[in-house]
Amino acid sequence: MSNRSLLLFALFSLALAGCGKNESNQSSAGSSGELIIKIGAAAPLTGPQAHVGKDNENGTRMAIDDANAKGIMIGGKKARFELISEDDQTDPKTATIVAQKLVDAQVNGVIGHMNSGTSIPASSIYFKNGIPQISPSATAIKFTAQGYKTAFRVMTNDAQQGKALGEFAIKVLAGKKVAVIDDRTAYGQGLADEFVKAVEANGGQVITREYTTDRAVDFTAVLTSIKGKQPDLLFFGGMDPQGVPMVKQLRALGMKTQFMMGDGGYTPKLIELAGDAVEGTYASLPGVPLDNMPNGRDFSTRYEARFHQPIQLYAPYCYDAVNVMIAAMQKADSAEPAKYLAEIGKVELEGVTAKIAFDEKGDIKGGAVTIYQVRKGQWAAVQTMGGALAAKP
Amino acid sequence: MKLHRPANRHLALAAILLVLPFIIDALFGHGWVRIADFALLYIMLALGLNIVVGYAGLLDLGYIAFFAVGAYTYALLGSPQFGLHWPMWVTLPLGAIIACIFGVLLGAPTLKLRGDYLAIVTLGFGEIIRIFLNNLNAPVNITNGPQGISGIDALQVGGFSFGESHQWLGVRVDDVHLHYYLFLAFTLLVIFVSRRLEDSRIGRAWVAIREDEVAASAMGINTRNIKLLAFAMGATFGGISGGLFAGFQGFVSPESFSLMESIMILCMVVLGGMGNIGGVVLGGVLLVALPELFRHAAGPVQQMLLGKVVVDPESLRMLMFGLALILVMLWRPAGLWPSTQRRRELNTEEGA
Amino acid sequence: MDIFFQQIINGLVQGSVYALVALGYTMVYGILGLINFAHGEVVMIGAMIALAVLQALLAAAFSPVLAVLISLMMAMAVCMALGYSIERIAYRPLRNAPRLAPLITAIGVSIVLQNLAMMIWGREYHAFTLPFNSVSHQIGGAIVNDVQIGIVVVALIIMAGLLWLVHHSRMGRAMRAVAENPAAATLMGVDINRVISNTFMLGSALAAIAGFMVSVNYGIVHYYMGFMLGLKAFTAAVLGGIGNLRGAMLGGVLLGLIESLGAGYIGDLTGGFLGSHYQDVFAFFVLIAVLVFRPSGLLGEKLAERA
Repeated sequence: MSNRSLLLFALFSLALAGCGKNESNQSSAGSSGELIIKIGAAAPLTGPQAHVGKDNENGTRMAIDDANAKGIMIGGKKARFELISEDDQTDPKTATIVAQKLVDAQVNGVIGHMNSGTSIPASSIYFKNGIPQISPSATAIKFTAQGYKTAFRVMTNDAQQGKALGEFAIKVLAGKKVAVIDDRTAYGQGLADEFVKAVEANGGQVITREYTTDRAVDFTAVLTSIKGKQPDLLFFGGMDPQGVPMVKQLRALGMKTQFMMGDGGYTPKLIELAGDAVEGTYASLPGVPLDNMPNGRDFSTRYEARFHQPIQLYAPYCYDAVNVMIAAMQKADSAEPAKYLAEIGKVELEGVTAKIAFDEKGDIKGGAVTIYQVRKGQWAAVQTMGGALAAKP
Repeated sequence: MKLHRPANRHLALAAILLVLPFIIDALFGHGWVRIADFALLYIMLALGLNIVVGYAGLLDLGYIAFFAVGAYTYALLGSPQFGLHWPMWVTLPLGAIIACIFGVLLGAPTLKLRGDYLAIVTLGFGEIIRIFLNNLNAPVNITNGPQGISGIDALQVGGFSFGESHQWLGVRVDDVHLHYYLFLAFTLLVIFVSRRLEDSRIGRAWVAIREDEVAASAMGINTRNIKLLAFAMGATFGGISGGLFAGFQGFVSPESFSLMESIMILCMVVLGGMGNIGGVVLGGVLLVALPELFRHAAGPVQQMLLGKVVVDPESLRMLMFGLALILVMLWRPAGLWPSTQRRRELNTEEGA
Repeated sequence: MDIFFQQIINGLVQGSVYALVALGYTMVYGILGLINFAHGEVVMIGAMIALAVLQALLAAAFSPVLAVLISLMMAMAVCMALGYSIERIAYRPLRNAPRLAPLITAIGVSIVLQNLAMMIWGREYHAFTLPFNSVSHQIGGAIVNDVQIGIVVVALIIMAGLLWLVHHSRMGRAMRAVAENPAAATLMGVDINRVISNTFMLGSALAAIAGFMVSVNYGIVHYYMGFMLGLKAFTAAVLGGIGNLRGAMLGGVLLGLIESLGAGYIGDLTGGFLGSHYQDVFAFFVLIAVLVFRPSGLLGEKLAERA
């Protein structure tokens, strides 16, 4: 390119930039008088957590297809929902790029992100552009504590879940001496810290805290060290890829200590991969058991039929998150973010995971947490903590 | 107008760089302007690493640590974490200085090491920094551990914030655009310093060490100090870039500073053309843009060629990126745009 | 005391695996002066192939022992082919290129293999269980199971075999000759390309065995498993003195022990100030300390710099 044409190119582009802006228009109308509503979804679809991320996308997709099948009317038009799914690679930087892209694509709302570490930096971009964001699974307390009125979650935060787990460990299981391991991720450490607080508040004693990483597979060293201190219960703040080898090695070392995880452990994979060793393990999951919710059992069978695999973890929460968003749009009779945003906080919805309503921060109100145990190779609900109790006063 | 004069050429280039964010915005949207912002940050990083790897020939696999140090310095001094809100013109230079000190700290014990031993030690150093950042939330909470630091102050000069949209002469200039200009200014500064260094006594001493350390020291070059200087200079650039990153992102957490990032920056330097500023800049642009390009292309291209999406676009994206790395290196082993000096060396080798 | 003994055993098991993978790094480095970053992914592919074959054979009602042996053989064969191809495609054309060029292609190969594996075997974790029971034994208060004993024994046998191969066989002599001086080796009639290919295949076969062993030990396989393992093994190889076979073995076992003792005792030694989250920091500090005093690793030769 010669220098003259370089300059011409620059001028031309400037002209282009001037007029390019006007082409955009919010929530475009479809050809046949349909209202096209774009729902953004962001989760890691590559990298070590890709399997959980894909599960999130599946849950969102199912909710969107269901809504399209129902033929929802918004603003006098038949709404057609479209999914725009992006991969944030569990990387905070990529998360902001993805968030900006979703804003560019003029999504009407976002379901995501999956992790706290990506949800937090992305939330400022959604906030600046007034796009409602419902995270299905970010648990860090900070996510909704930044003062962004666009940020919601249908998942309990670390404090709500840690409290339930700690109470259960001490009051129900009558444990006194507790050992804690966490994986030094935002999720694992956050949950473990809150668990420790709850254990101490209930008169239990945390005798040792050990640590690992979210890439590790060998825990024999820390487990051996814990073995010497003879705790009644071992809590692991982390995900199932570490939970599996950890519980196996725990039993292989001949330790009879009770083993407990948060929602990161409540997966079919934990049982499938850990085999006999996992029997008796506890894990928590926010909300009430799917079987107890009117649409819950139906949801899991339909999910399995459609995606040929069991629900991994957060798909039901994504499903609920989409439905919350749609309910708010229906109430506002508009899919415009500025109009329906105010309605999200007022939504009360009978979801597949729980009755969903938000507090003033955008956290889920009540925050029931159910504790499950592996019994005869199956997750069985043991007790639902909090929820109605927490909502009373 | 005589455009073939270098001054005019620079003018044309400047004009393009100035309007570039608007072109990108008009054609592809804000998302790509943000990508351009990150590209500039990475170019700064790659230029910093270029001093260490490209000029001095010291293989550094933990370079991201300096980026982290800069980012955390900015974050700790400008966020609710300690309730401090120091201005950018204090925290940015401070971050650069602290990163510089870390550069010397890393350099000092590793002076005797060569080649790949240095690589693993620097890799270890990078991991050590990350692990400390990840764990220094107890017993005293300094870095807030894995939760990271959020609510970081936007980059701000006087009363002017780069984190907000501004209206000038009826044109709305968004925060991503403003950051672009700020980062561009810093990138140009880094390029300027790099160029001056390249032609200086120090720059030639680095090259001498890279080519033959023993001969260099025999010629009276104080190899210890010169090597330390390379680490220190490289680290300084990393620190500046890190501070800008923290202010831009508003959130830092240790996971942004993983080993993979160090490797990516090294790829930029080598793929673009070690030791050549233009090449390194090109490498930075390509490696930031390519994965994003594949992200968009993977789905539609399949649709076009095969009539349906056969392979999940997300898995294909990284696969294509890996393939691109291999193919480019096979095609141009010295990098896409190698320095003239390197080219000469290669040619003589072939001739011998 | 039995806790200490258990930690030693933990470290030995972990270290044996590191050592096997580290051998792959060190052999390639010794001959080519190249860090084969893709080696960790070869370990992962080995594990994946072994699992796929094992499941197929067990489904076809093969006897368990036979199925395990065949799957291991298949994994080794596939990995050898893979190692050969990687060298041919990504490294050989760059043999005279600038030193860092093959490092970048290695990273490229690593990314490609990882994502290929993700496309083939999916994003989720897979269970890897042997078709026979692993019995636990009490040895002096510590608990060891058959798999762990098997890992250490197999690793020892392989290392002994490898040492014999390199020091007493024709192929080994050719390998050492190429490592010493490629030009002179060519003059003496050694086919450098063949020797290098052989080295890659040998290293990859070891990687397959290592992949099989880790998977059996932890019972879990994932497309991302190779990265960390490769990194640790590379560290081990450098610790022992890269390019040196005995060094890789020593480095591997030492790193395993350092990690396990580090994780187990840092907390108690520092009064709880530093805990097991500094396990890797501890390992790297040891590495740096060793290299400061012995810049070429524990068993490395004095003059380590290669071209």
